[in-house]
Order: sequence, then structure tokens, then C-alpha cells
Amino acid sequence: MIDCDLALAAPPVSALRDHLEAYWRDSVRERGIRSLEPSYELPGRAPRRPEPGPGTTLAIVRPLAAIEALHAEDLAAALAGGLNDWLRAEWLDRDPRLRGSITVAPQSVEAAVAEIERLASDRRFVQVLLPLRGLHPLGRRLHWPIYDVCARHALAVAVRPGGNVGSAITPVGWPSHLAEDLAGQSQAYQSQVTSLVLEGALGAHPALRVVLVASGVTWLPSLTWRLDKNWKGVRREVPWVDRPPSEVIRRAMWLTVPPVDAPLDALPELLAHEGMAAMLLRAGGQGPVPDGVNFDANARQAYPRLGH
Amino acid sequence: MATQVATGLVDCDIHNTPASEARLRPYLAERWRRHVERFGTRTRHGLATGYPYPKATPGAARVDAWPPDGGPPGSSLQFLREQLLDPLGVAFGILNCLAAGAGQTDPELGAALCRAVNDWQLAEWLEPEPRLRASIVMPYDDGELSAAEIDRLAGVSGFVQALMLVRTLEPIGRRRYWPIFEACERNGLPLGIHFGGYAGHPISSSGWPSFYLEDHTGMAMSFQAQLVSLVFEGVFERFPGLRVVCIEGGVAWLPALAWRMDRVFEELRDEVPELSRRPSEYLREHVWLTTQPVEEPERPEQLLQVFERIGRDRLLFATDYPHWDYDDPARAFPAPLPARMREGVYAGNARALYGLPAGPSSPAGEG
Repeated sequence: MIDCDLALAAPPVSALRDHLEAYWRDSVRERGIRSLEPSYELPGRAPRRPEPGPGTTLAIVRPLAAIEALHAEDLAAALAGGLNDWLRAEWLDRDPRLRGSITVAPQSVEAAVAEIERLASDRRFVQVLLPLRGLHPLGRRLHWPIYDVCARHALAVAVRPGGNVGSAITPVGWPSHLAEDLAGQSQAYQSQVTSLVLEGALGAHPALRVVLVASGVTWLPSLTWRLDKNWKGVRREVPWVDRPPSEVIRRAMWLTVPPVDAPLDALPELLAHEGMAAMLLRAGGQGPVPDGVNFDANARQAYPRLGH
Repeated sequence: MATQVATGLVDCDIHNTPASEARLRPYLAERWRRHVERFGTRTRHGLATGYPYPKATPGAARVDAWPPDGGPPGSSLQFLREQLLDPLGVAFGILNCLAAGAGQTDPELGAALCRAVNDWQLAEWLEPEPRLRASIVMPYDDGELSAAEIDRLAGVSGFVQALMLVRTLEPIGRRRYWPIFEACERNGLPLGIHFGGYAGHPISSSGWPSFYLEDHTGMAMSFQAQLVSLVFEGVFERFPGLRVVCIEGGVAWLPALAWRMDRVFEELRDEVPELSRRPSEYLREHVWLTTQPVEEPERPEQLLQVFERIGRDRLLFATDYPHWDYDDPARAFPAPLPARMREGVYAGNARALYGLPAGPSSPAGEG
């Protein structure tokens, strides 16, 4: 089994010391920068020493670090680099079943591209993490250099929860509860899928693969129905989208489960949606997943670097 | 030509608009007439007139909806009768006026404009046309001013709901909006939430998208966010009589949202201890949706499945006349509605919700 999402708590910043240049090593100590733990999860939820489950042949490790929350792009880029080198030394070098995620500082597209280029020759890295929430929708052209380099190096782009950096998580301002935040993530994913398709980012990068991590899946069918309808009506606004959005999504996007944000008895119905069975990837962790999905075959489609 | 699909059709979303700003002047207090002349009106985006996301068509209207008298679409009652009410056999139509008022940065000005719009609706639409009913427009980001406007008009015949736009300053479960819910409950009026609005927050949680297409699609997510807020803030616990109508948000997303909220609730219920039931139960009891713009799945039966899951008694047919994405009652759905849904969706559900009389239209006073 290929585990496409083995989540790992961000290490304390002190653990990155050996992987930082002297200036940044001094900075984090002098300024008391200790933690990159993100705010969108229950405290202490992510495991520090996760183990691939029984029968796991490959597992893609994803450190949960809120690099994007820092407003200084040089600091963010330095910590992202340190985290990536730490991941290599502490995880990828120690277990041949593990594959890595490249953490970048999305504050600077230039720095993100440089970091991806720096690590691309290490074939154990199979994806680049981008936060669900950033300063600009992911489809906008300022992000395209990241997609260029990912497509060139056969790296998937993984959009993962988090990224409390600018706008409120809802289109109507800041909610009160974590419950609203978690429910609201599905609206944030809908916006990003819409942006990636309509801006033409996927059309312009036919080799690009996008994985939506821990996104839930039930929101996708109604979104594609609405998008296809709106595209029929207003496609003159986006003439580069030359086919229904649902086709673009099915060709280029995958979603990890569990969690499935549906009750058990709705799982078969979910798979009845066109293309859904081919879009699901297996994440480790607790919770039911639909039967009748060839998760490993899907994973090798989503992650060209896993091979066949 | 239009086909009549149901006897006693109720259209739950029709847009009327003043032919020009001058048409509202007689209804605006002198102090605010002078204010508008000198300072104009002001919303939270950068264009004095027009839209940051230019619409698909001028005024977002059907190209054939411009009245012969030269006014903008939705400004002529006579043309509305000829183009919509008569040919479709509309027994009752609910007016949702989107003219300036709601969304003003100055809540006092917003309240004055809303009062003017409501008085104009009463004099020029409700009194002359017994088939029409109207929503009370209000400066919805100010709970107290909005409640006052609801109280002023709730007893006036023809007004059947209070109306806000979906893009608010804060999620509407928060306390600033509670006076609106109290006033709706007190007066027995549903609260309509309609597509649109400019409260200043980007429609995506990653900032501003580029296209009208994204803004239009993103409205569905805005409705989702509002229902999440209403449920998790405990609004339906505090205001058990509140009925919410999502207007022009689409419908197919609701079952998935309910599932997701139930899952989150299972995990985090002690964060919101005032909730005594699962989120899906509140949604099933308190929420209605108008059908337009109805989603178009690959297979028609998928839409019927969604309708059943939402509750066929909670769906209200709407055309959105005179806008470009108008749904024709005979062609809106990918397949004809089965008999078990038809009467309710096209007429019965709205009659029950808004307290409209059975049978043909009667003077507004009896509605």
C-alpha cells in the first residue's frame, strides 16, 4: 500500500539548527523562534514519530509547519530549507519506504522556485507543499513559475490545509470557532480548484499534477456541476479554458482519504460520480475509505516520481 | 415562448429596480437627499458605479429584458407583467430589490436608502400589482437599524420576508446580527439571504480571484460559510423560530456541507456545547433554498437525489428575472421534476413558507 499522506508534527525550530546557515542559526536563538506549529489543528494532534502502517510499501511524509505564517520571506525561506534538509537527514535517510514533501516559502515565488530546484535532483522528494490559504488564489499567474518547475521535474503540487496569512477563511469574515474553520476548509478548497482551472494554470501545464490533501471529497461533485454550468454561460471571459472545468479537474487533480467527509452509507454514491474513483489517494490514518478503488494505481498517476 | 409548467407558479426571486436614482428621491428624507447629492453613495469597493467583476452582460441582465420605455431591466412593472408574470402564469412573485441601500459604508445612509426603497416598492409595485410580494431591504450589517426597519414594515401587507445579501461584514451567526433574527422571529418573517454584496472580504480565503466567473461560483461558497456560522454559533438554538431562505446560491452543495458539518461536530462538539442537535438537523429544519442557478450534473437523477436529500419541501422555484442566468421553469431542470416534487417546488413550498393564499392571486392585503 502507498500511503500518500503521512503527517508529521513540525519539529521544534531548535531541531533545525544543524541545517541552518550561521546567521539564521543565531537569529532563531537570539529571537526565541521556537515553533512552527500551525494554528488550524487541534493542539498536539499531529504525531511526532508517525510509523507507516502495516503493509505500507511507500509513504509520503508531510511535515506540518506554518512557514507561510511568517511575514519575512528570507526568514521563511531559510526555515523551509532547514526543514527540508532535516526531513532528508532524520526521515528519508533512515527509512527507504519514505518519500518526501518539499516545503517552500510561498511568500516569495522566487525563493520557492530556487528551493525546488535545489532539491529536485533528490528523487525521494515527490511533491511540493502549498498552503490552502495564501495571499492570492493559487491559479493566479504570479504562482506559475512554481508550476513550471514542478512540471519540469515531475513533482506534484500538494495543496494542504492551513495558511492563515491574509484573508479570513470565509468570504464573509472571521469565524469564532475551530469547528467553523474546519468546515470552512472545504469552501477554501473549492475556491482554489476554481482558481487553478479558470486561470488556465492547469491547461498551461499539462504535465502538472495537483493533490488536495485532507480536503474531504464530498464538496467536489456539486462544485463541478456549478462550474460546468457557469463555464457554459460565461466562458468568453476565460477563452483559454477550452473544455468543461470538470474534465480539467479529472485529468489533473487527486484527493486524499481518509478523512471522507460523508457518512459510511454515502460512500458508494460518492464513487458513482464520474471520475471520482480514479481521483482518490489513500492516506494513512484512521477512518473508512470507499471500497473498489485502486489507490496504488491512482498514486502512481498522481506522483510520477513513484514510478510504475 | 414560455411554457406554463405549473398552475399557481410562485417565482421566489424577481428583481425590481428604480429606473434611475431620481425615482427614489421622493421617498428619501430631505437630509439624505442632500447627502446623496453632495457625497454620493459608498460601498466597500473602488468603483463609484460599475463592478470590480464586470458582469457577463450589461446590468447582468438578459439581453431581451430591457423595457421598451428605455429604463433598465426590472424597472417597468408593465414590462414585467408582459415578459414574466403573464406568459409563465405566475400566481405570486417575490421581489428582491438589490438597489443601493444595503452594503453602504455609512449605516445611517444605508438605513435611509433602504427605507426609501421599501416605500417605493410599496407604492409602485405592491399596491398596483396583486401578484407581487416584496422583501424588506435593510442595512443588514447593522442589527439594530435593520430590526427597526423590519418592525416598521412587517405589518404592512405585501412584505413577506426580510432580505440581506450573502457577503456580509462578519459571519452572520455573530452577535451583531442577532437583532435581525429576533425581529424576524417576532414578526414571523423568513430571513432571505441573496447572492451578492460587497463587504470588503475577498470571496476566496486566499484573496481576490480574477474573474466574474469565479465571483459568481464563489457565491455558493459564501452561502456555505453563512450556514456554517449560523449553526455553530448556536443561532438556531437561540432563535428556534428562525427560517432562513438561501436565494440564488444553488442547492447541490447542501448535502455535502451537512455531512461535513456533522463530521466536524462529532469531533469538536465540546467546543460548541450549546448545540443540542447535529448540524444537519438544524439545516433540515431551518433552511430553504431557491433553485436558481440550479446545478447541472452529468446525470439528471443525481439532481433529484440531491433534492430528496435536502428535503423536497425545502426547495423553492425561482427565475432570477431579469438576470442573464435566468432559469426558465420549463427548462431549468435537466429532466422534468417527478410528480411528487412538482407542486411543492413550483408553488406549494413557497405558499407555505410565505403564507401565500392557495388558489389565484388576491390583493396583497390578503397575503
